[in-house]
Amino acid sequence: MMGSTSQAAGNGGRLAALTAWIDDRFPMTKMWKEQVSEYYAPKNMNFWYFFGSLALLVLVIQIVTGIFLTMNYKPSAADAFGSVEYIMRDVEWGWLIRYMHSTGASAFFIVVYLHMFRALLYGSYQKPRELLWIFGMLIYLVLMGEAFFGYLLPWGNMSYWGAQVIVSLFGAVPVVGDSLMEWIRGDFFISDITLNRFFALHVIALPLVLIFLVIAHLMALHEVGSNNPDGVEIKKVKGPDGIPLDGIAFHPYYTVKDLIGVGVFLILFSLVVFFAPTMGGYFLEYANFEPANPLQTPPHIAPVWYFTPFYAILRAVPSKSLGAGLMGVAVILFLFLPWLDRGKVKSIRYRGPLFKFFLFSFAIAFVALGWLGLQPVTPLFTNLARLFAVVYFAFFLLMPWYSAIDKTKPVPTRVTYHAH
Amino acid sequence: MTEEVDTGRRHFLTVATVATGAVGAAFVAYPFLASWKPSARAKAMGAPVELDIGKLEPGALVKVEWRGKAIYVVHRTPEMLAQLTAAEPRLRDPESAESDQPEFARNQARALKPEYLVVVGVCTHLGCAPLDKFTPGDVTVAADWPGGFFCPCHGSSFDLSGRVFRDVPAPTNLPVPPYRYLSDTRILIGAEAENA
Repeated sequence: MMGSTSQAAGNGGRLAALTAWIDDRFPMTKMWKEQVSEYYAPKNMNFWYFFGSLALLVLVIQIVTGIFLTMNYKPSAADAFGSVEYIMRDVEWGWLIRYMHSTGASAFFIVVYLHMFRALLYGSYQKPRELLWIFGMLIYLVLMGEAFFGYLLPWGNMSYWGAQVIVSLFGAVPVVGDSLMEWIRGDFFISDITLNRFFALHVIALPLVLIFLVIAHLMALHEVGSNNPDGVEIKKVKGPDGIPLDGIAFHPYYTVKDLIGVGVFLILFSLVVFFAPTMGGYFLEYANFEPANPLQTPPHIAPVWYFTPFYAILRAVPSKSLGAGLMGVAVILFLFLPWLDRGKVKSIRYRGPLFKFFLFSFAIAFVALGWLGLQPVTPLFTNLARLFAVVYFAFFLLMPWYSAIDKTKPVPTRVTYHAH
Repeated sequence: MTEEVDTGRRHFLTVATVATGAVGAAFVAYPFLASWKPSARAKAMGAPVELDIGKLEPGALVKVEWRGKAIYVVHRTPEMLAQLTAAEPRLRDPESAESDQPEFARNQARALKPEYLVVVGVCTHLGCAPLDKFTPGDVTVAADWPGGFFCPCHGSSFDLSGRVFRDVPAPTNLPVPPYRYLSDTRILIGAEAENA
């Protein structure tokens, strides 16, 4: 018995010595404490706070499955469609890896949209989190680029025509539009050359930018600290030890909480991957199961669901340059939220009726535009899209007015928390 | 020799170094950005294509690929040609003033021979392939549809000469490519003049 005890102590001693050896050369323990075990997050974070860590999880899924897909995919117009079929039929477990990647794309946008809506609900973009919000929005823009470039790679007919439509948007730029389109495509049409460069952008250029931005996003978050459903700055009330009274250590409290979220997410994710990988044509469009055909547009062309709110705005405007311009503005406006919002409170819990009205109208308009963007063009749907586009823009452009005059409720100094 | 730092000189050297570096960076950036332009091979692939239209039925459409784009060739019937005048009040650019076509096509028929329409089948909005909806009153488009092309992507519509209607997203008429007749039944798409 003596022997085993001293051996355990010896092991512990050796481990401590190794840690000390590393810490003398690399700030391992220091970083762990600063970023994890002594990073104090508000103790009242709720359901809405799952989606940041889930976005990180999906990023890892996409990178790992993406690396394995590139081992069998061929980025050429002649071979791309066939190599995807080869992955699906002949490569051992290739179907699983590809379905994880395609489902991951939609899952990414689901968690990111919920993550962004959380920020709208609780005013997480407000001072002092403006840069945190901007890094997040840049992540969203890069993600849109990733999704767009990745969508061309299977070289299906919807891939082809989707790329044709999106690249043609740059033709709306005055004077240089046509040369800009040729420069992006590297050809006079979407061709092998275009596919090859989109592959390079999708697998290396944008993922590198994405990882850099995620690090910047997390650094900014840990500098200012997490917001919470009350929109109260927990750093304002600290105990004698300098730790916020309403803060709890990220590890183990939130690592455990986030693991529950990961578990639930992976169950839902697996259900889609195994039982509904196409999600009825919403995650993988049926028109993409035939190879690219430059002579035949699919009879009904629609982007994947996560782009459709903006696509509906584009379609609703009977002018090419104005439609493309408004579509761009609809995305970019998010960046300006920290300065459009003149509200004195952060959280929806203490906002007045005007903000609540505009926020929920915006949420409805976003979903409605998303649905309309999937439908064929009819005069009724076009008019509906115009109506919802007005609601969409009103949320942003009227915000300096309604957020300033809104009747807000008093904000407590401490977070609302019920022990459980 | 003075102990003081000459800040003016230091500032000048800093600015001069940064400016030289920036010029160098711009020169290095150019080859990378220019490598995205169409390559010599891509430019060389745009040769003209020949098409036999002798067997094209009246009222029918044939598609041929030129420079990766679909070229639509339509054999128009006298009834279809009669529709052109009727559609004109509803067109945005009936005279093809703001549209892209060879000089010979800047007229109502937009063609060398009125019975054969040759247009680029790429919607001037965002590049989809418009569908042939030649039957007047085709309810899949509109009850008062005069016949023409309809783009399923964003609802742009064009008449039987590829002229764009008002109140649709497409800004201009479907372009007419350069082409010429080699004989009564053979056309060469992509070249206008004899020696091209």
